[in-house]
Amino acid sequence: MGKVNLIIDGKEIQAEQGDTILQAARRHNHYIPILCDHPALPPEGACRICLVEIEGQRALHPSCTYPVTEGMVVETNTERVRAARKFNLELLISDHPLDCMTCEATGNCLLQDLAYEYEVKEDVFHGTRHHFSVNDPNPFIQVDRNKCILCRRCVRACREINGVEAISVFYRGFNAYIGFGADSSMDNSPCEFCGSCVEVCPTGALWPKLSLGQGRSWEVEKVQTTCPYCGVGCQLVLEVKDNKIIKVDSAWEGPSNHGWTCVKGRFGYDFIQHADRLDKPRVRKYLLDGKQKPAASKRDHEKEGNPWQWVEVDWEVALGITAEKMNQTRDTYGADSMGFLTSAKCLNEENYLMNKLTRQVIGTNSIDHCARL
Amino acid sequence: MPVLKNINELEAVREKARAHKKDRENNKLSIILGMGTCGIAAGANEVAAAVREELDKFDLEAEIIHVGCIGMCHNEPLLDIQQPGGARITYTKVTPALVGKIFEKHLIKGEYSKRWIFGQIPGANGEIVEGLPTYDELPFYGKQVRIALRNCGLIDPENIEDYLASGGYGGLAKALFKMSPDDVIEEVKDSGLRGRGGAGFLTGLKWEFCRKAKGYPKYVICNADEGDPGAFMDRSVLEGDPHALLEGMIIAAYAIGAPEGYIYCRAEYPLAIERLKIAIRQAYEMGLMGKNILGSDFSFDLKIKEGAGAFVCGEETALIASIEGKRGEPRPRPPYPAVAGLWGKPTNVNNVKSYAITSQILTKGADWFSEIGTDKSPGTAVFALTGKIKNTGLIEVPMGISLREIIYDIGGGIPDKKEFKAVQTGGPLGGCLPVEALDTPVDFDSLTAAGATMGSGGMIVVDQETCMVEFARYFLTFASAESCGKCVPCRLGGQRLLEVLTRITSGDGTLEDLDEIERISKYMREGSLCALGQLTPGPVMASLRFFRAEYEAHVTEKFCEAGVCAGMFTYEIDADRCTGCGLCMKACPTKAIIGEKKVVHVIDQSQCIQCGACYDVCNLGAVLVKRKHELPVIEAAQGEGVI
Ligand SMILES: Cc1cc2nc3c(=O)[nH]c(=O)nc-3n(C[C@H](O)[C@H](O)[C@H](O)COP(=O)(O)O)c2cc1C
Ligand code: SF4
Ligand code: SF4
Ligand code: SF4
Ligand code: FES
Repeated sequence: MGKVNLIIDGKEIQAEQGDTILQAARRHNHYIPILCDHPALPPEGACRICLVEIEGQRALHPSCTYPVTEGMVVETNTERVRAARKFNLELLISDHPLDCMTCEATGNCLLQDLAYEYEVKEDVFHGTRHHFSVNDPNPFIQVDRNKCILCRRCVRACREINGVEAISVFYRGFNAYIGFGADSSMDNSPCEFCGSCVEVCPTGALWPKLSLGQGRSWEVEKVQTTCPYCGVGCQLVLEVKDNKIIKVDSAWEGPSNHGWTCVKGRFGYDFIQHADRLDKPRVRKYLLDGKQKPAASKRDHEKEGNPWQWVEVDWEVALGITAEKMNQTRDTYGADSMGFLTSAKCLNEENYLMNKLTRQVIGTNSIDHCARL
Repeated sequence: MPVLKNINELEAVREKARAHKKDRENNKLSIILGMGTCGIAAGANEVAAAVREELDKFDLEAEIIHVGCIGMCHNEPLLDIQQPGGARITYTKVTPALVGKIFEKHLIKGEYSKRWIFGQIPGANGEIVEGLPTYDELPFYGKQVRIALRNCGLIDPENIEDYLASGGYGGLAKALFKMSPDDVIEEVKDSGLRGRGGAGFLTGLKWEFCRKAKGYPKYVICNADEGDPGAFMDRSVLEGDPHALLEGMIIAAYAIGAPEGYIYCRAEYPLAIERLKIAIRQAYEMGLMGKNILGSDFSFDLKIKEGAGAFVCGEETALIASIEGKRGEPRPRPPYPAVAGLWGKPTNVNNVKSYAITSQILTKGADWFSEIGTDKSPGTAVFALTGKIKNTGLIEVPMGISLREIIYDIGGGIPDKKEFKAVQTGGPLGGCLPVEALDTPVDFDSLTAAGATMGSGGMIVVDQETCMVEFARYFLTFASAESCGKCVPCRLGGQRLLEVLTRITSGDGTLEDLDEIERISKYMREGSLCALGQLTPGPVMASLRFFRAEYEAHVTEKFCEAGVCAGMFTYEIDADRCTGCGLCMKACPTKAIIGEKKVVHVIDQSQCIQCGACYDVCNLGAVLVKRKHELPVIEAAQGEGVI
């Protein structure tokens, strides 16, 4: 790829052939405000926030779509472009609920940041505004079209990242809004609830239902980790408040997922702190007592003293009993009477050890893995 | 029809077609019917049925020829009679009942009833009927120069022979066999042709960009979306002379090196699509389209894509998205379609008229074309003339003609003794011009300089009864509803601008609102993605510029001088003009008018609902639009004063 030299705000910079002005500026950490653009998505040119002045051009142009050319001279922060941006922000704010104080995205909202930067404090038009109901019945994602600025990042993410095209824009002009499937609810559309749309939404229009009311963006500690579900190993960023995960983001720099993740990684984390989750081993009381399987029914297993009762024990005891039972089974019925199933939730090393245990210790080849299913 | 394998075969077929035509004109009776959408809407199908019936009755044999729109939409249905070796004589506003009478007079008695006859087109050998005006002598046609519309209304659009007889596909043959693609581009560049779709970009230059762009295959697209309300210039060519478009497209494809093309035509034009399909089939059958056109190395395939009728789909990038099966929305340029268009490949988009004109430029030469019109806007402009004007219809005039000539000479002026107030050009994204601008020459640059635009050919004339605020609001309502909603300035700015205008026309406007109009307009222009958003404020800005006093009257005095905006005026009866005829009293639905016969009538303002019935019905212009002010309530006992 050839290089292109241009001047942005008086600074000579070098860009790659085929860059847009915005991409060139990003390479040099030169700030140009944006709303609809997202580095992981193809440019849209819709919000008109990234407008810049280009020498020799009468009109303002969006830097997110305009390709660089040799010798180009660009101004990104003149009175003229600032006024045009401010006008666009005023328009967006004129059809936006000004409820930032209770908005989930507060502190983490591009529209809010830009309104701050351009000092847009209130609705200056006093015109009609939309009042959409916020009642998409799907289990994962709250859709609040009142907050939507129609940047279409979600539309592009669904199409370009997940390849599903569950989201699109319906109707035209002032009546346009984002919708799902054939203008239905999210769960009535091809949506797979990967949450890519939520990840890229710059406002509070799309938000995980699990995270509603859980905390403010500045209260969380962010912890990067590997998704425990499958072998892809998506990099996730956990938003943790008071030692509790309140939201999961996908990491753009994750080498195997590049910002994408699936419904399980993004929304399937509530088991971690779930009341029903076992965090200590348990064994049936009769095993602990060294007895044979009782003939009585399991129905009353919750009663104190019932032989079927679950008793919390330490790992030593639980594993001891398991090993003993496995030995018994192998000795009585032969190694091939046993089969082993491992899990994608285990590490490679753990799966390797299971393999050893199955083939060498027990002596059977009957081992399989859930990822084959 | 045989597949033509070289230029000689084409010329042979053309000679045959000409001979056939001559034979018909010299030896046969022809009945020519205007069968454009305008004619059919006015009842041409019924007239056609009557023609067949009456011919039977009179035991006459005739060729019935269906042609497209000749431009006189206000006079449809049209019926022309051409007797063997005679002139073609046009009857206007023909009804089925009239057909028999016309035949009897014209064909049996040999009389020409001036009452029904509009004019005549001289016969093949110059024959005319004494005493009847020729088209050229009539103001409606005398000032016209027809290039894009050259065949409309004259030939049968469903008969390729007619097109060939008129010289059709000669330009293509010349391009294919006598010129290199670069020569063709040079020729079009030399002609100075500017695109007739609105923006007026140099056609030859656009072709050159596309030819030079890297990528294969390349595409040529015809923009036949024609979404402007009230515009029907392109439809007329599609319906009246589809081969002219096809020929132009094949020439463009040859020049650019494009093996494929699309015509993007709105589905609301079923007749146009039907005729295009027929024309394309005929062109394929004769080897004028498809593989090895006329035996040359050049091959070209053409498809029709029907659009669902969104105005914004006329914008070239939205049109391309629509062909690709995507939501019809514009995308930022650059890259321009010439570099990355349909499926990301170099693509040339031109308007119907641009292609139809190109085929003539190739036939007659760049010099011929550039002689017509002005230096910077050579050639002709096609307008759909509508509104408060006597002759509505489709006209083609040389560029540089003044608005006054179009409106008063060709259009016949304003009907009903009303006064001209403004003319809107450029459609819903154009602008209006006041009476002071009537001498503006009609060309791309002069109209823009004057504050309007050329657009693709809408021309709407309004008289004193039009409120210019409401007029602007009308276009704004259209444009903002047609915004695709992609970019912020247009999606939300259009709505906000409309809200300001609605405030003004409903009496809630303030002087600050006038500044607000200018502010919103400025930034919509500056920031919108496509020309729809950039030009949406056009009509508002133009009317504010030229009719500011009217805006001010709306906001400061709450007065609408045109008597249009509800609640912002009163009707009063001018005592000097009223003769007490009582017409208004009968028309008034609320019985608000009081007065005895032959005595000046008065309107009881407490009963008046400003419906305008009295205003419309008064022959003497005695009902006046007045500022609202307190009027003494007229005491009248029930029944008294009622005739
Ligand atoms: C909102 C909008 C609507 C348009 N509609 C049409 C149309 O109906 N027909 C047309 O030829 N051009 C239309 N245009 C212009 C096209 O974008 C394009 O400039 C034109 O087709 C190019 O052809 P030309 O060079 O022959 O003029 C429209 C442009 C805009 C912004
Ligand atoms: S959750 Fe994923 S699949 Fe569903 S709409 Fe969002 S991006 Fe598309
Ligand atoms: S929901 Fe969010 S990402 Fe989607 S268009 Fe609206 S603001 Fe943009
Ligand atoms: S200017 Fe209007 S029509 Fe054009 S892209 Fe923007 S919203 Fe769509
Ligand atoms: S970021 Fe460029 S137009 Fe939105």
